[in-house]
Amino acid sequence: MVNQLSWKVGGQQGEGIESTGEVFAITLNRLGYYLYGYRHFSSRIKGGHTNNKIRVSTKKVRTISDDLDILVAFDQETIDFNFHELRDGGVILADAKFGPKIPEGSNVSLYSVPFTEIASELGTSLMKNMVAIGATSAILNLDPSLFQEVVQDTYGRKGEQVVLNNMEAIRKGAQYLKEELGFDRSDLYLEKADGQKRMFMIGNDAIALGAIAAGARFMAAYPITPASEIMEYLIKKLPDLGGAVIQTEDEIAAATMAIGANYAGARAFTSSAGPGLSLMMESIGLSGMTETPLVIVDTQRGGPSTGLPTKQEQSDLMAMIYGTHGEIPKIVIAPSTVEEAFYDTVEAFNLAEEYQCPVIVLSDLQLSLGKQTVEPLSYESIQIRRGKLLNEELVPEAGNQGYFKRYEITEDGISPRVIPGMKNGIHHVTGVEHDETGKPSEAAANRKAQMEKRLRKLEQIEFNNKVHKNDKHEEPDILFIGYISTRGAIEEAMERLEEDGVKVNHAHIRLIHPFPKEEIRPLIEKAKQVIVVEHNATGQLANLIKMNVGFADKIQSLLKYDGNPFLPNEIYTQSKEFTKQGVLF
Amino acid sequence: MATFKDFRNNVKPNWCPGCGDFSVQAAIQRAAANVGLEPHQLAVISGIGCSGRISGYIYSYGFHGIHGRALPIAQGVKMANQDLTVIAAGGDGDGFAIGTAHTIHSMRRNIDITYIVMDNQIYGLTKGQTSPRSDVGFKTKSTPQGSIESPLSVMELALTAGATFVAQSFSTDLKDLTSLIEQAIQHKGFSFINVFSPCVTYNKVNTYDWFKENLTKLKDIEGYDPSDKKLAMQTLMEYNGLVTGLIYQNKEQKPYEELVPGFGEVPLAKAELKLSKEKFDELVAEFM
Ligand SMILES: Cc1ncc(C[n+]2csc(CCOP(=O)(O)OP(=O)(O)O)c2C)c(N)n1
Ligand code: SF4
Ligand SMILES: [Mg+2]
Repeated sequence: MVNQLSWKVGGQQGEGIESTGEVFAITLNRLGYYLYGYRHFSSRIKGGHTNNKIRVSTKKVRTISDDLDILVAFDQETIDFNFHELRDGGVILADAKFGPKIPEGSNVSLYSVPFTEIASELGTSLMKNMVAIGATSAILNLDPSLFQEVVQDTYGRKGEQVVLNNMEAIRKGAQYLKEELGFDRSDLYLEKADGQKRMFMIGNDAIALGAIAAGARFMAAYPITPASEIMEYLIKKLPDLGGAVIQTEDEIAAATMAIGANYAGARAFTSSAGPGLSLMMESIGLSGMTETPLVIVDTQRGGPSTGLPTKQEQSDLMAMIYGTHGEIPKIVIAPSTVEEAFYDTVEAFNLAEEYQCPVIVLSDLQLSLGKQTVEPLSYESIQIRRGKLLNEELVPEAGNQGYFKRYEITEDGISPRVIPGMKNGIHHVTGVEHDETGKPSEAAANRKAQMEKRLRKLEQIEFNNKVHKNDKHEEPDILFIGYISTRGAIEEAMERLEEDGVKVNHAHIRLIHPFPKEEIRPLIEKAKQVIVVEHNATGQLANLIKMNVGFADKIQSLLKYDGNPFLPNEIYTQSKEFTKQGVLF
Repeated sequence: MATFKDFRNNVKPNWCPGCGDFSVQAAIQRAAANVGLEPHQLAVISGIGCSGRISGYIYSYGFHGIHGRALPIAQGVKMANQDLTVIAAGGDGDGFAIGTAHTIHSMRRNIDITYIVMDNQIYGLTKGQTSPRSDVGFKTKSTPQGSIESPLSVMELALTAGATFVAQSFSTDLKDLTSLIEQAIQHKGFSFINVFSPCVTYNKVNTYDWFKENLTKLKDIEGYDPSDKKLAMQTLMEYNGLVTGLIYQNKEQKPYEELVPGFGEVPLAKAELKLSKEKFDELVAEFM
């Protein structure tokens, strides 16, 4: 019996690999297992190898596993491409149709199952995916009937016969494995799960749901991988809530439209990835200068330029903190789990209104698209805070042709805000330097006062849990620092290092900018060495830390920029390697 | 009831004396009063250029954005609050060079805003470079030998882009311009008015006199019918775009806001933000 294992299905893009993974994963999620799914795909729609790797466990899992127990292959390429991941004693279920082969002398068992043939006999070769799920269920010792509900949900609208045929395909697959091939390995039986119902979602779902929970009723966006799901979710849900999504002509329009809507009092946002963010830079400055709230989600992918559009990377960091000409107040937050992606997105809208500035929610492809079992999201924790936005009745009488002081110099730098339509709130807004009423002004004293006012706003920024900390050791040998989706891999590497007797602490930075110096400094101080784990080639997060708190001699970068997410084992062995090189201890 | 004087503020425009933009400013103020608006019900969103300064010279809500982006900002404002009257305004560089994509797509999208271009066929603010509206052979700082690129036919462009209200005017025709702006505000959908607004400092060719000689009023063309798109196109080609008046109006097409499924009657700016517990639970359950 196992309490966790990894299963992967692979084939040509457009062959239904995705739906195979979905039916399998949703069923297991409903049985109460914790799942983590990660898709390998390329920017082609049809053709090209694609796979969906799903980790199943009776306990919470936050990342991809190092190795693989079961590989379901619809072509030889899938075997060739993924064979190295299979552990000793792993299993391949391959479609007999292509005459599967594996390297000689390996300790992996290959089972040829006539997926296509069985499916064709039942009516259509399309159901080969279901046959494969059936064969898998036999390995895991799961009753094929457990898939009934999800098959019904998935194919119900195509008619009862389709559901029946698909269920029959699952049964036939299981039967073939047990009866024809005599497969029976109790070491691969899956332990029972707790039966709890939990959500199963990608980070982008959580971000989209967070935006809706925060009251965002207008979105302007331009499609891009890996951000589009956010927009697609709002397109589905906003009609019911009286809102709208505009698919704009480009990301400049998306950002400026969101600025217009926020200025006029709605909660509006946009989401994109690197190329889109590059186009938005001038708009970000406009939001900063005019003190108009703006929320932007950046789902990072491989850069530069078009880069690796379907691959993992975290290389927009510096651009997101400093991007735009001139100097503005800006907030950058980086959720590290799907749950945080939800709560932090809600918070982003509050911060944008409270501090009247752009807020960037920084995600990455692994967090945005990795699909996982999620702990219940709390409705009670959803707050709507609109900062110094005035109620119309509270706006003081403007008098004849009088102007409201929208940019009033205040102690905390934040000025009372009104929105167009309010009787006494008339004021001017401009990206040109301006005085308290928004009138353009180049006067030196005014410039200084307004610049300082804007920058002062973030001095006292409040953000719950700026750093996610695991600092159980007083004098750790290693302090890992990371951000966004590397959290799972770091946590698993830590467990293994601890088993080897290495004392490890961990800090995952959630408020990237303004940088949480006070939280990070003491953590670094007490560590012997610091390993900053990040997905880019130049160590941007490490540099940011050095710039803010120093400690250059203690900081070691662990970088990955080949497009694939860190595996726990890579972090574990690399940290060991640093030990050998004498970098540590 | 507000009068045009109520739309005046105490800011002295920094336009050159004689600049065509003064009349556009006056026409907007008059039109706003004539259609019965109060200053707080109007939002003027402008681009960057001499013309872009206009939002600061009218007593109403005003947003002076970035070069070429007045239109997306204005559309965002309208989507957030349909109760506001939204006017976007800017120069020919703003709307037909850096912001061309937004101009075309706003026309297709047909959100209920009014767009006024102060077309002086030159870049005024940056001191006299060629614009997409400059004629071939026009000498500027950036085209010392004369412009060799074709000028954009913006009226034809508007018709093919699907604009539902297309008009052109000349800034000295204060009465006609005011009336066109009133009609544009009242039109349900995107309204586009291109206004020849001479730059007395950098355009010594397309002067007031030049326009007086070369413009034809559509009113004076017998049988002209602004609901006939084909006729509009023919007339524009015949007169090389040098006509003024209402060129085309499609009163049937519904504005974007009315076509968005479920888009609320209550402006988003006034809507309740908090999701009900029931709705939240319903959304959450879909992921289980
Ligand atoms: C992104 C960007 N590029 C360039 C400029 C400089 N710039 C300001 S206004 C302008 C052109 C102005 O011409 P037009 O839009 O016709 O307005 P006008 O001054 O003639 O009214 C330019 C190039 C800018 N502000 N922003
Ligand atoms: S430079 Fe030309 S466009 Fe600018 S204010 Fe002077 S006359 Fe008007
Ligand atoms: Mg111009």
